[in-house]
Amino acid sequence: MTQHNHSGDAGGEEVPFMQRLLDNPFQLLALGVAFPIVIYMVWGLIEAVTIPLAP
Amino acid sequence: MAGNSFRQCPTSGLYFHRSAESLMKAHAVMAVVFFLIGGIFGLLVMLTRMPSVHLLSAETFYMALSIHGTDILIFWIIFFEVAVLYFASSTLLRVRPAMPGLGWLGFLLMLVGSCTTTFSFFRGNSSVMFTSYVPMPAEPIFYLGLILFAVGALVGCFLFLATLVVAKREKTYQGSIPLVTFGALTACIIAVVTIVMGAIILIPTFLWSLGLIPNVDPLVYRTIWWGLGHSSQQINVSAQVSIWYAVAAIVFGAKPMSEKVSRTAFLLYILFLQLASAHHLLVDPGLSTSWKVFNTSYAMYLAVLASMVHGLTVPGSIEVAQRKKGFTNGLFEWLRKAPWDNPVFSGMFLAMIIFGFIGGITGVVMGTEQINLIIHNTIFVPGHFHATVAVGTTLTFMAITYFLIPVLFRRELILPQLAKWQPYIFAGGMVLLILFMLGAGTLGVPRRHWDVSFSDAVLKFKFAGTAITMLGMAGVGGILAAIGGGAYCLIAVGSLVFGKRLDENASLFSSFGFPMSAPAYKVSQPDQLAMSPIESHGSGSHAAPGTFALALVFLVTFVVYFFINAKYLSSLWHMS
Repeated sequence: MTQHNHSGDAGGEEVPFMQRLLDNPFQLLALGVAFPIVIYMVWGLIEAVTIPLAP
Repeated sequence: MAGNSFRQCPTSGLYFHRSAESLMKAHAVMAVVFFLIGGIFGLLVMLTRMPSVHLLSAETFYMALSIHGTDILIFWIIFFEVAVLYFASSTLLRVRPAMPGLGWLGFLLMLVGSCTTTFSFFRGNSSVMFTSYVPMPAEPIFYLGLILFAVGALVGCFLFLATLVVAKREKTYQGSIPLVTFGALTACIIAVVTIVMGAIILIPTFLWSLGLIPNVDPLVYRTIWWGLGHSSQQINVSAQVSIWYAVAAIVFGAKPMSEKVSRTAFLLYILFLQLASAHHLLVDPGLSTSWKVFNTSYAMYLAVLASMVHGLTVPGSIEVAQRKKGFTNGLFEWLRKAPWDNPVFSGMFLAMIIFGFIGGITGVVMGTEQINLIIHNTIFVPGHFHATVAVGTTLTFMAITYFLIPVLFRRELILPQLAKWQPYIFAGGMVLLILFMLGAGTLGVPRRHWDVSFSDAVLKFKFAGTAITMLGMAGVGGILAAIGGGAYCLIAVGSLVFGKRLDENASLFSSFGFPMSAPAYKVSQPDQLAMSPIESHGSGSHAAPGTFALALVFLVTFVVYFFINAKYLSSLWHMS
């Protein structure tokens, strides 16, 4: 990672989106929680609880 | 900030804050205690699964298996990982830890929780093994212990994040956080979601064990529980990869081949690594093929890609550093002339190779819905995760311990010759154990089974003689690995107690979490993060032909092994 100013630009250049994302622990935390919760757990639970009961 | 709170290690140049240092030591020591307990019971399990020994009774076997699984897969690794979080935040960013008092509360919760759960195993009514599937009941204190432990670990995670905030606010570093800290952040994020899923399922299960709710649905339990059970092992992967980068920097002064690529690979871990939990549910009815295939054969491959990136860039960065030192003959002089007698390096490198070649490849095989059918719930599965956790993670943690004993604990290693051999003994034993477990599993030998001879079963079944022989050979490997694990405990604990003091302020008590006496701390606030190798930013070059040759060997092995399994499946299930 190059040295840069965290105030938003580096020597007048805007910090790229990916750089800003990787430098923000809380955005990463939000993504890291949301992805598995939705794709793995919520999707899996919807499938599990919507199994029809045997007559 | 009043007074001096930091000390600088004269060997490594690293700064340790008084409070963070104590927290690191306490967590690391408890990790080794649980490694010892879990390891002893692992040996007993192996000696029971060896058909010629068959040591324990059925009841004791399942108790031993429960202790081995939980104490190693949860308590040993997470205690150590919380120590890594304090190291990667406070030490690498040269900052005071946020709210150390709360850190001690977290430690206390982890200690009480781990002891409570282990105690519940010894009472004999909670032999539900690591997975504790409902409706198989355990005593309420089993679940309560796990919940307390998880809350304590969660406190450690949030204090890591809070320490990052403090470091940024107090401007103790410039630019981005170091790559090792970024890897620890990845481990922290995965730990948070793991613990959240654990809480979602363990709290109702605890209430069920108390009789307060009537039942917990088994499929719902299994789906959410694996978000805890498998994801907890993904915390390890991120932590161990961070340590690989740290060891490359410590031993070789190596810089990552590309910071951007390495950080992007960690981002893939954050997004996709935990989805691999689904491979445990590939034969479960009720979950659709779409859910299974997306979570394993699509999303999981992005995490596998990330591991392959790390598997390329860590040895690649070492090769680049070695070539700069003049080891340029042929493809592999850099590797031949690496410090193989330094257990910090040898442990880490063996861990990486075995993790990738055995753990990684078998993991992808298990994550493929069709091929998974050959080995699902066989002893192949523990064969796989002994390659990833028992070697990948555990041997990595052992390797970094040899660095931390003089640097963090300020003690000289005892038995240095044994320390040189210990990674080889442990890895050699584990490779034997793993390969024969994989082989026996491919022949259908089940996991977690007390007696595969079915001597007292109504319906008899006889496994091939090869499979039984493989179980015996796996036992030999297990015994060798136990000797290696015992040597690690002996060296680690022995060094803390009897090792020569490298600092006159280091006392017996300071080996176990108390601060060293006041004169050890001479610095009130270190300078803003300087560019020493482990802390530095930037990227090395890409000229690593030896590593690329190794990567090609890996890819060929991968393809051949995958093809063999697909071919084997086609011979077992004839399709018209």
